[in-house]
Amino acid sequence: MIGVDAVYALAGLMFAGLAVLSARDGSNPRRWGNTAFWGLFAASFLAGSVIGDLTNGCLILAMVLIAGFGGLGRGEPVTTTPEQREASAARLGNRLFIPALTIPAATLFGALVLAKVSVGGHPLMDPKQTTPISLGLGVIAALVVAFVMLKPRLTEPLQEARRMMEAVSWAALLPQTLAALGVVFALAGVGTVIGGLATHWLPLDNRLAAVCAFTLGMALFTMIMGNAFAAFPVMATAIGLPLIVRTFGGDAAVMGAIGMLSGFCGTLLTPMAANFNLIPVALLELKDRNAVIKAQAPTAVLLLIANILLMYVFAFHR
Amino acid sequence: MLTLLGIVVVVAGFAVRLNPLLVVAVAALVTGLAAGMSPVQVISALGKAFNQNRYVSVVWLVLPVIGLLERYGLQVRARTLISRLKNATAGRILMVYFVVRQLTAAVGLISLGGHPQMVRPLIAPMAEAAGEKSHGPLPDKVRQRIRAHAAATDNIAVFFGEDIFIAFGSILLIKSTLSSNGVEVSPLQLSAWAIPTAGLAFVIHMVRMLLFDRRLRRDAQAPDAAEAEPS
Repeated sequence: MIGVDAVYALAGLMFAGLAVLSARDGSNPRRWGNTAFWGLFAASFLAGSVIGDLTNGCLILAMVLIAGFGGLGRGEPVTTTPEQREASAARLGNRLFIPALTIPAATLFGALVLAKVSVGGHPLMDPKQTTPISLGLGVIAALVVAFVMLKPRLTEPLQEARRMMEAVSWAALLPQTLAALGVVFALAGVGTVIGGLATHWLPLDNRLAAVCAFTLGMALFTMIMGNAFAAFPVMATAIGLPLIVRTFGGDAAVMGAIGMLSGFCGTLLTPMAANFNLIPVALLELKDRNAVIKAQAPTAVLLLIANILLMYVFAFHR
Repeated sequence: MLTLLGIVVVVAGFAVRLNPLLVVAVAALVTGLAAGMSPVQVISALGKAFNQNRYVSVVWLVLPVIGLLERYGLQVRARTLISRLKNATAGRILMVYFVVRQLTAAVGLISLGGHPQMVRPLIAPMAEAAGEKSHGPLPDKVRQRIRAHAAATDNIAVFFGEDIFIAFGSILLIKSTLSSNGVEVSPLQLSAWAIPTAGLAFVIHMVRMLLFDRRLRRDAQAPDAAEAEPS
């Protein structure tokens, strides 16, 4: 059975490669910071399951300290000039799209076909982790296609990955760290406190007030947690079920579905949803850290208002 | 109430623009300590959670492929392709991408998009090229805005598409949350009630992209970009 650890090992090897290339990059004034950062990331992926919780905790704190106090720099990775790219694009034409589209195609093949294959009674993939495993397979397939087609030197993919990673920099660690923060919030009972506050302080004596409190609460709490999945159980048990469903007799399916979508409006508005709102800022080299959130804000606000109306109109009509 | 100190740290930290990574780590430590854990317990809890969430960072595996293809001119090719299309505008490119992304997400094909795999190498360069084709060379500020909208299009389309798919995580979470409180709903009901919002997201985004094209036209004709002739 292919487990997710195989994919983690692959990612660990890539991060280790980035660390080695960083160490050898004389053009980066902070190359040892980069080396340590990617080296620790590699250690987490290669050995995270065996080194224990406390060591993992120290490892992440070390990475945060390196990144948080300006320890990461940017070198001048060797890549092609714009002219070389023009020439190469003209030569290769649309074939260039083949490896790029191999990633989603192979990922889908993994998720739809390979995930259902069993060998000798055992599933081929860990059924709980088909998404990361399929992505790993997709990347390997795309690399094979790219090597056959482009015949690059062996180090080229890693050098190019380092070029992009140095642009993303510390933000690469942010989504995973935020996910960890969500777990700590849950352990400490942050959600229960917020749910209690909401029911205690808000005037929830009519349908519209309850619907507003629930949908806006979902959006706001999602903005704080960076994730609607963390907000839903809290808000549904604090406001959605007791008030909208039990007190006012609303439809539970409408409450649940539109409540979750109200949370998604919050996801569009918060830097805490780093993989959606901050990572693209780094990847697209945008100067304004909030550029993506600003582009999304009008849609998010309009949809939130629409969700309030939809829930108010449909939850109580049966 | 002390439990909420971590949230204060997050809001204040983001507001004064400290390094977000540092802010998040401090918020986790503060929250754990405020909840009465010992420092060792907090760091262990953080380490455990970090380790269990490694799948979040697996997406970076695509960088060697995408980087390699960029080296050989993928973005250039994406631009060339668009500049040959007669009626392409930045808004229209993003509208087409929105429709494809939302429909595929609605049938569960969520991995067909994403920022490192699709937006950076293909969609953003295509939208930029379309903008330049219709309005001539664009100032950097405008290019940045087009790129930001490319990322926003991916997010909005997938968020308000995936919830229609009955086996998506959020539907299962809603069902199990309600079920543990003694209320039963079917996944099909939940996915059906995601459709009105999805439709509105589609309408709103289409209208915004039409307005976006109009604004690009106006910006391109503004005095400071007078040399950029609209085609």
